[in-house]
Amino acid sequence: MQYIIEAEGLTKKFDGFTAVDGINFHVFAGECFGILGPNGAGKTTTVRMVYGFSPKTAGTLNVFGLDIEKDWRSIKSRIGVCQQENSLDPDLSVEQNLLVFARYFDIPSGRAREKAQQLLHFISLDNRRSAKVTELSGGMMRRMILARSLINDPDLLILDEPTTGLDPQARHQLWQRLEELKAGGLTILLTTHYMDEAARLCDRLVIIDHGKILVAGKPLDLIREHVGHNVIEIDDPAESLRAYVKSLGLEYEDLGHRLIIYGQGKDELFHEIGDRYCTGGCILRMATLEDVFLKLTGRELKE
Amino acid sequence: MSILFSVSISKRFWRVWQRNFTVYQKIWKISFVPPLFEPLFYLLAFGLGLGALVGNLTYQGAPVSYLSFIAPALIAVNIMNNSFFENTYASFVRMYHQKTFDAMLATPLSIEEIITGEIIWGATKSVIGTVIMLAVISLFGLIHYPSGLLIIPLAFLGGIAFGALGMYFTGITPTIDMFNLPIFLFITPMFLFSGTFFPIENLPAWAQTVALFLPLTHLVKLVRSLSFGAIYPALLWSAAYLLLFFLVFFPLALIKMRRRLIK
Repeated sequence: MQYIIEAEGLTKKFDGFTAVDGINFHVFAGECFGILGPNGAGKTTTVRMVYGFSPKTAGTLNVFGLDIEKDWRSIKSRIGVCQQENSLDPDLSVEQNLLVFARYFDIPSGRAREKAQQLLHFISLDNRRSAKVTELSGGMMRRMILARSLINDPDLLILDEPTTGLDPQARHQLWQRLEELKAGGLTILLTTHYMDEAARLCDRLVIIDHGKILVAGKPLDLIREHVGHNVIEIDDPAESLRAYVKSLGLEYEDLGHRLIIYGQGKDELFHEIGDRYCTGGCILRMATLEDVFLKLTGRELKE
Repeated sequence: MSILFSVSISKRFWRVWQRNFTVYQKIWKISFVPPLFEPLFYLLAFGLGLGALVGNLTYQGAPVSYLSFIAPALIAVNIMNNSFFENTYASFVRMYHQKTFDAMLATPLSIEEIITGEIIWGATKSVIGTVIMLAVISLFGLIHYPSGLLIIPLAFLGGIAFGALGMYFTGITPTIDMFNLPIFLFITPMFLFSGTFFPIENLPAWAQTVALFLPLTHLVKLVRSLSFGAIYPALLWSAAYLLLFFLVFFPLALIKMRRRLIK
């Protein structure tokens, strides 16, 4: 089985600070692989090494079975990248952004024109082709960055926090496009700190913090394994409730003004707590990836 | 820091040049104006205004009018300014504010190709400006032909020399405002003391020696000689000096820009 990305002991150090600390991961053809983590966890540094922007400090990194150090040019010509920062060319129009980018890949102009047309249609911007990119909304710009990253028909699409700062409509618009691309068989590497995004798009993911992988797996498996099926959240828990939960030996987190209980099939327990201890807010809900994330990476601020 | 990707410059750097040319095509009408009017302003102010006070002066043993003395210098200064400002302010905006280089680095372009394309583009702007100025100044009968045509390829040589210098500063300057420093320390003194507005022979001996190290001194000398149709073998030394200047600052610019952008 040939991997699209194969990272072993991948390490990146900046002046003594270790941003990525010997991580291993593999990405299969046709899957969407997520790298999740809080700000500063090493997500962007990792993908930058994969798309040949940052040289690695140690470890091995193969993309399409080729060594990134030796074959960077042929690897880069087969990758599409949506960088985190808006790097659309403000000196050029919407369509020119695509055409000029196509030239960087040595795509003949006739072919580029055709492809640009097709992509503008794909991101529903065909009627804005001669607009300045600075006139576009945040969501349109993100879609443009996506379109630009597809100009070379990539075999691997890399998305670095693609929906950060977008409103819900724009996020869903973008997700829909990504799902279409996924359905078409495109391999995707995605970084995000939005758990709903990861749960919706990723087939497999890793959660990293301080440059190390904490867990790896399929989103649902990770939820089941680390949190369970359901979560009970209780606002302002009474001391008697704390004692009760402790006595049952349940897995829980005590945040002071809020108690979070993890586990399986809590219906009866929930009614029990509801009837006997609940004074204010008490909810039973499905466990999510966010519970896993917070449980593993901690609740304190990261920066 | 390890040099990971070995220095590689393929002809793909033209893609970077093309990007800048595409942008230029959108604004060429405005870009045409300065090289068209600047020489007219200078010729009017210095040639007619100041020239009336100065009268004729002696250049290489022959009397020349002040107007014909400074006209070639204006072309030389324009060659310097076009590429130096393109590869400082304009390149810095593309690199730092517009993230244009970051986007390019996610494509098969190498950092060396991006920087090479930028410098060649800066030199191209020097050539475009020179062609326009030559046309304007020729109307006054101040350029000797056909030797004057050699000023066009010379503009390219001067352009890459000053462009590489500018790009080196772009590689090391922390903020765009800091370009004031190299301009104050290098560009302004060169503008004044490179035999532009008066012959360097008028300077004290020590200052003449210093002036010989300024690349603009050599560029002015070359443009002036070609304008006068006075070509002699020693001019090759001046051309060689400009080439040497490029050969020193081009690799320095590549090293500094790689350190700055590749992390």
